[in-house]
Amino acid sequence: MRWDFASIFENTDALLVGAAGTLRIFAICLVLGLSLGLVIGLGRYARTRWLYIPATMFVEVFRNTPVLVQILWFYFALPILLPFEMSPLAAASLGISLNSAAFSAEIYRGGIQSIETGQWDGARALGMRWGQAMRRIILPQALKRMLPALTNRAIEIFKMSTLASAVAYVELLQQGKLIASLNYNPIEAYTAVAVIFFVFLWPLVQFSYFLERRLRRDE
Amino acid sequence: MTILSVTGLTKRFGATDVLRGIDLDVARGERIAILGASGSGKSTLLRCLNFMERPGGGTIALDGEVLGREGRTAERIYRESELIQVRQRVGMVFQQFNLFPHMTAIGNVMEGLRTVRGMAKHEAEARARKELARVGLADKADTYPAHLSGGQKQRVAIARALAMDPEMLLFDEPTSALDPELVGEVLAVILALAEEGRTMLLVTHELGFAYHVATRIIFLADGAIHEQGTPDEVLKNPKKERTRAFLASHKQFSF
Repeated sequence: MRWDFASIFENTDALLVGAAGTLRIFAICLVLGLSLGLVIGLGRYARTRWLYIPATMFVEVFRNTPVLVQILWFYFALPILLPFEMSPLAAASLGISLNSAAFSAEIYRGGIQSIETGQWDGARALGMRWGQAMRRIILPQALKRMLPALTNRAIEIFKMSTLASAVAYVELLQQGKLIASLNYNPIEAYTAVAVIFFVFLWPLVQFSYFLERRLRRDE
Repeated sequence: MTILSVTGLTKRFGATDVLRGIDLDVARGERIAILGASGSGKSTLLRCLNFMERPGGGTIALDGEVLGREGRTAERIYRESELIQVRQRVGMVFQQFNLFPHMTAIGNVMEGLRTVRGMAKHEAEARARKELARVGLADKADTYPAHLSGGQKQRVAIARALAMDPEMLLFDEPTSALDPELVGEVLAVILALAEEGRTMLLVTHELGFAYHVATRIIFLADGAIHEQGTPDEVLKNPKKERTRAFLASHKQFSF
């Protein structure tokens, strides 16, 4: 066989639209997933049963069901139970964000628990409230330890965005499929998609290494 | 004038009674050294005084004001805002320093002023420099704890506590985690504070230091005050057998 990328270059516009769609859903899910994850993680860490039990249930439900099934469920089943329509973007964002929240909640909980109790003592002895101690003393140290795991989460979210194609959301894989079916060139189309993903993700990983080095200044 | 008044203080951890009814009045300017074998409850007593541990029973009064309100059990109910006030008035220095490793020395000293007191940055910085100079570490202001010796870390921790203008200082074995050659510099700082007439409670194993710095010695055994008095009374002429045994075991290598 012969590789023929000419048909890919002819469809650059379609791929650009797909890349924009991927970046959009990635940004939404990164912000929603990691911030909701912090809230759930704090709930998992709470001593109050009314926070701990719902947070734990959330984590178990979303950790133990496939993201693809969640996306399909939000798209097809939820609108039957609730009186509103689901756009592909909304369904996919919900599925990916909630799944990421469940996984990152465990990262946050582990990171917070790994900080020595002496740090809490030091903060409280100065007269800090729980929230102040968490924000000023515990989280900055915990984040440093969690950074590699959170970066992995971010990369995972980026790649999970391809699952949005299952509900016909316009992103890179969806556009790749489209190009492949119009031009009968699946090999080139999917290779192009893979290369584009690598080009996006590689700098992201490099940036995380840079962040880790910066955070190690105090050692 | 009594600054702190403790009545019938008890504390349990699981099935163990760590404190069995402590009565203690601390006058302004008093310096009390608390001695006792490990497990006698001396650290727990100290940690109850600024509510790092919740007292199981009994009352604690600061400036004549009894803290908390009665609940359904012996344990009183404390409001978080009340305890936050107490902790600002009663400073604490820990055995393991508990410095914040992600902040420089001056950042550590400024933290309470900025976050708890809401002080402006330049004001907090000026105050923190003053406190660091007091403990002889003006030149280490921008150093992170990881690059400080144990003695230096403990002096930063003392500066951090002092910056909050506490009416009383609690020292929980401040030199126990230090290499022997670093103990002196920390004790010198504490001695200087004593000479300023500060009110302090000190849990320590340094009997010689306790003798010089304290106005009163309390010997704790099994969660109760076993014997107390002036340093001369307790350390030179102990009346109780257990006090004598404790002192003997701490002196066996001195000559």
